[in-house]
Amino acid sequence: MRTERDDLLTVEGLTKAYPGVVANDGVSFSVGAGRVHALLGENGAGKSTLVKMIYGLVRPDAGRMRLGGRDHAPGSPHEARTAGVAMVFQHFSLFEALDVAENVALGMEAPPPRRELSRRIAEVSRAYGLPLDPGRRVGELSAGERQRVEIVRCLLQDPRLLIMDEPTSVLTPQEVEILFRTLRQLAEEGTSILYISHKLEEIRALCDGATILRLGRVVGECDPRDRSARELAELMVGQSLHTPTREPHEAGEVALEAAGLTLPSASPFGTTLRDVSVTVRRGEVLGIGGVAGNGQDELLAALSGEARCASAMVCLFGRPVGHLGPQTRRGLGLLSAPEERLGHAAAPDMTLTENALLTGMLREKLSRRGILNWRGARDFAERIIERFDVRTPGPDHAARSLSGGNLQKFVIGREVLQRPEVLVVNQPTWGVDAAAAASIRQALLDLAARGAAVIVISQDLDELMEVADRFAALNEGRLTPPRPVRGLSVEEIGLMMGGAHGMEAAHAAQ
Amino acid sequence: MIAGGALFALLGKDPVAAIRTIFWDPIFGEFAFYYRGQLLVKAAPLILIAIGLSLGFRAGIWNIGAEGQYIVGAICGAAVALALYPADTRLVFPLAVIAGAAGGFLWAMIPALLKTRFNTNEILTSLLLVYVAEQLLASMSLGLLRNPEGAGFPGSRNLARYPAAANQELIAGTGIHWGVIAALAAVALAYWLLNRHRIGFHIRLAGQAPRAARFAGVNPQALTIFCLGVSGALAGLAGLFEVTGPAGQISIDFNVGYGFTAIIVAFLGRLHPVGILLAGLLMALTYIGGEAAQATLGLPAAAIQAFQGMLLFFLLAVDVLTGYRLRLGRERTA
Repeated sequence: MRTERDDLLTVEGLTKAYPGVVANDGVSFSVGAGRVHALLGENGAGKSTLVKMIYGLVRPDAGRMRLGGRDHAPGSPHEARTAGVAMVFQHFSLFEALDVAENVALGMEAPPPRRELSRRIAEVSRAYGLPLDPGRRVGELSAGERQRVEIVRCLLQDPRLLIMDEPTSVLTPQEVEILFRTLRQLAEEGTSILYISHKLEEIRALCDGATILRLGRVVGECDPRDRSARELAELMVGQSLHTPTREPHEAGEVALEAAGLTLPSASPFGTTLRDVSVTVRRGEVLGIGGVAGNGQDELLAALSGEARCASAMVCLFGRPVGHLGPQTRRGLGLLSAPEERLGHAAAPDMTLTENALLTGMLREKLSRRGILNWRGARDFAERIIERFDVRTPGPDHAARSLSGGNLQKFVIGREVLQRPEVLVVNQPTWGVDAAAAASIRQALLDLAARGAAVIVISQDLDELMEVADRFAALNEGRLTPPRPVRGLSVEEIGLMMGGAHGMEAAHAAQ
Repeated sequence: MIAGGALFALLGKDPVAAIRTIFWDPIFGEFAFYYRGQLLVKAAPLILIAIGLSLGFRAGIWNIGAEGQYIVGAICGAAVALALYPADTRLVFPLAVIAGAAGGFLWAMIPALLKTRFNTNEILTSLLLVYVAEQLLASMSLGLLRNPEGAGFPGSRNLARYPAAANQELIAGTGIHWGVIAALAAVALAYWLLNRHRIGFHIRLAGQAPRAARFAGVNPQALTIFCLGVSGALAGLAGLFEVTGPAGQISIDFNVGYGFTAIIVAFLGRLHPVGILLAGLLMALTYIGGEAAQATLGLPAAAIQAFQGMLLFFLLAVDVLTGYRLRLGRERTA
């Protein structure tokens, strides 16, 4: 066994309580120098709070940390960075209007002069196979490239500990492979990496140690290479997992058809949809993959009715609906759930009752001649909460107070319970723990089994393979022709998604 | 209030007496019977306009030009009444009311259409139209609407002395006129609209989460037209009630800034109908009390205005500070 002297980071009895909830309760673990250590746990298990304490964003109530043999009690991220801790966040903190070098400089403690900085960016990005042009505007970069900016920014500080929070959710399989090569290289050079992800297969491929958290406590330590993904998931949830099942069924009539759907983007950094043509039948699940920012939001908006197009470009049961608004389309049975939960699918500061009303007004008959039926809306919200196991004290709480996974269950449940004829969802299980994700996928499959047509837009390929009958990929606003999922290999899918966006050359050149 | 007292003390006045004159005497003092009526007279237009504005503000539609809509409403209403002079039917006043509302509505439609058609900023257009309205007011009181028996002085006939068109006190000595009734009705209607009606739900949704509103199927253009239209019509009504009642006539200096003060009232009342009712009364109180303090204590008018400004500043600062604390808390718990 390793002794404490070999451990770069040791955490002992770390505790942090918020009003009403103990986020971390006596958490202890250690990360060896040059190790890639995974933090596993469901949403709300306390992973984020834990790394925020290590990174100096949150102060612990009790417990102590040691970094490289010295006490580590950062009062701010600045102190943590000085001590050698760097962190790549799940949500990028980049300015789209600035270029790469400017963004890197903004995140540094003492940025060197511009020319020197550009040289070092080029150096580091070459050394770790992360090609980046320091002079490019971030607004023009793909999600994968933006993440490289964040990583390079961290690497320039020569960190001893690199924390990565859900880094692969925006990458193609090829890009994930390249990221892993970079991380392994870093680990070989002695940098420790603390890796947070929901994707268990990735953790098995990358990490050599794991700490499993449940409800703020450490419930286990393991070597993920010795365990199956299923075992890991069950450790996280504390119960055996239910895998979504699908009854074989016949696809029915064409429910929704997009024909030559072309729509310029409304925002300067958006993606223009180009000639998207696809059909989905009753009882069928169509999976649409692709790297983030390739037109997913725009496609959902065009199908939901938020963005209007020529009437014949979208047809519902043969009826042109492209010119109709969201509410009219809902009346005809076309429902949708966008990716961004807070602010798009739900209004953050409104109660769950009000959010139930947001899309349920028409189909659940919650308004008569404009007068709202609050009791009905509350009942509807309670039905969603009960049927989809949304953890909340009640329907009068604001949407913002729910954890991401719980709000996602609410949003999906709200649409599913309205018995849609066609349901379009974008990233239905993004940031949702394994058990909740399984129940959301099951709900989508049940919906298809009852004869609805379902379109699942997602960046999680495992998810699409699990639920979809046919698969198509979005790439720069174009949709590939759909192919049956059965017999499709990961390489083929990666190529449909546009390969690695010019990254192969970088590693090949090493 | 302490800072205000310090200001008055610096000016060499007894701070306690000054503050009592402003806040206490108008309601409970010797001449309260007069001031109480004045309070309602001042508060009614403020509340009426602020209610309309608050609907837009809640939806993120910034009508800054209520002053202009107020003027145009008064001009249109007065014009209708004057055109019928000296006909003596009960219809004159209702017709003038309709014309007043329509005038404010149409004036507000200019920024509304500019925004929906050309995506211009309604803050700028509505504000600039205030100055157009002021010029219109001047030209009307010098030209078309000038009192033919007024010996050439600017200003229209006095509508308060034209019984068929006058907005009379309904209960003698209380100051309650139709504008007060309308203001109370507007408070109740706005409350109902915001809490019980689909449009109110959409207004709140659009203000809090514009993307979610579009997703829910709210048409932002229709909402813009609705909010600007309602606030314009209410401002026009306020103008009409003012011109047929307390002011009595169209004149060059007819407007006294109610339209701008109402913006403050709307925010002081936290855009909530009942809050606006209270904020309107409070604002009216500082006006009246301020005038009284000028008269009895010889406080300079500028000191009163500074005091009003301080009051608003502190109230809004408290708002901002509580909001800021909340945000910090959220960041930590996130």
